[in-house]
Amino acid sequence: METKEKRYFQPEYETMPVENIKKLQSEKLVKQVKYVYENVAYYRELMDKKGVKPEDIKGVDDLHKLPFIKKDDLREAYPYGLLATDIKNCVRIHSTSGTTGKRVVAFYTQNDVDLWEECCARALTAAGVTNDDVCQVCYGYGLFTGGAGLHGGSHKVGSLTLPMSSGNTERQIQFMMDLNSTVLCCTPSYAAYIGETLKEKGYKPEDNKLKAGIFGAEPWTEEMRRDIEKNLGIKAYDIYGLTELSGPGVAFECEEQKGMHVNEDHFIAEIIDPNTEEVLPVGSKGELVFTSLDKEAFPLLRYRTRDICILSREKCSCGRTFIRMTKPLGRSDDMMIIRGVNVFPSQIETVLLNCGYAANYQIIIDRVNNTDTFDINVEMNPEDFADIPNVITGKEKKLQSAMKTMLGISPKIHLLAPKSITRSEGKAVRIIDNRKRLGINI
Amino acid sequence: MAVKQISIFVENKEGKLVTITDAIATAGIDIRAMSVADTQDFGIFRLIVTDPDKAKEALESSGCFVSITQVVGVSIPDEPGSLAKVVKILARYNINIEYMYAFIAVAKKNASVVLRVADNEAAEKILVENGITLLQESDIVNF
Repeated sequence: METKEKRYFQPEYETMPVENIKKLQSEKLVKQVKYVYENVAYYRELMDKKGVKPEDIKGVDDLHKLPFIKKDDLREAYPYGLLATDIKNCVRIHSTSGTTGKRVVAFYTQNDVDLWEECCARALTAAGVTNDDVCQVCYGYGLFTGGAGLHGGSHKVGSLTLPMSSGNTERQIQFMMDLNSTVLCCTPSYAAYIGETLKEKGYKPEDNKLKAGIFGAEPWTEEMRRDIEKNLGIKAYDIYGLTELSGPGVAFECEEQKGMHVNEDHFIAEIIDPNTEEVLPVGSKGELVFTSLDKEAFPLLRYRTRDICILSREKCSCGRTFIRMTKPLGRSDDMMIIRGVNVFPSQIETVLLNCGYAANYQIIIDRVNNTDTFDINVEMNPEDFADIPNVITGKEKKLQSAMKTMLGISPKIHLLAPKSITRSEGKAVRIIDNRKRLGINI
Repeated sequence: MAVKQISIFVENKEGKLVTITDAIATAGIDIRAMSVADTQDFGIFRLIVTDPDKAKEALESSGCFVSITQVVGVSIPDEPGSLAKVVKILARYNINIEYMYAFIAVAKKNASVVLRVADNEAAEKILVENGITLLQESDIVNF
């Protein structure tokens, strides 16, 4: 195949005049709402309860009439309650952790997968990736959407795809050097780690062939971006997405690196006040809400992401007309993102109660050598006290493994004496996130 | 027959040992022997004292996390081979020693050894049958 120098993967959409985007969104929204109402009983009930009929939605201006859907709804409807098509039309499942152990499962038809991969292809193209490139995907493969999304996007672009998955840094570096990887896709902290490792091994930034990186799935800072760019000799691009909506590629950064363009032909972005649920004008800081427009298996109308950010309609020099969103500036719930994994305090409480501990705990998060550290202090029961250290460390290990099963990542457990966790005015400080000192929005 | 040991959970934080030793001193209790087991995060401070129940109360009111552990105490002559004899007896009966520590009364020319085993009664029975003298609570008070 000949090399095509492309600035856009699908310019007909990516550079569409704003008024045409709105028109397209309106047409698709009317259809999506009707489709959802007819095929998903859970949605029908939500809409009936709010007194909204599909015919009330005539375009994007009527969006505010629709009820919101939350992660709790997704959990309640687990596993099939929000599925809008026959299971035989589905070809894929991805999943993310839920709040009390129940996971959130998202379904995909082939068309859903194709559109998702196109979104990732747009992100790669915006980062200058073509079919001349070698794309090393070291996001995790599996239920997590990171690996599959960028893998599919890389195929759509036609670049040579290295499906490395995460971990095994030695092997990552060997492939990177021997097979001349030009693009790196992973979490920003892993990119930083690879950069540090290369430096330790005596490699200079010019020794690798990398030119760009697509980094997402966890909070990072501009300072981290500069470090990664310097150590790897690349330009680092941010990417945003949620499993519930498809995965990475809901929004992506262009060469301007000033916010991420939302793929508005597939998703409508709104900003609301998380407390009053009132829609706020573009430019306001608030909670990001997404409505899918083309989803067949798992459509979501007005899904509350809990991510706090700001949208901008300002013209972008890259030529894309899609609205831009800032990096998430925080959360409107208590979710933590640790090593790229979503963790809720309620999950930790569930494990503690299941293992016979009172929910007296403290979570301490930090970032050391570009890797998140995750410690949980737990007050032990008086009857658990043993005069032999191994008995106590054994209990810590048992609790650690129960946490790993629930969360997917392993915290370090520290059993403490009863009543030793500080309580201020009777209320314990549950989460100490020291990553704040690095300027990371958590 | 077993001897009461005070076991204290100590987080690796400054000032913790001060709290413990102060509480015991204020209560007018004598420490006869001690041992410390430590890990990266915490230590377990073990004490043989003249009045274990009073010590527990004093420590708890100072905010310490304490429990009383029953341990086996033996009194042996302060001479070469005495401890080896005790350990060999237990080994012969497959009794595993979790930890042990000793204190010596120079004037009485004997040593007291504290042994932590899984089954105190079984260990004590075997030791007595093999001619080892067990330590009594009174031996600790009138040391």
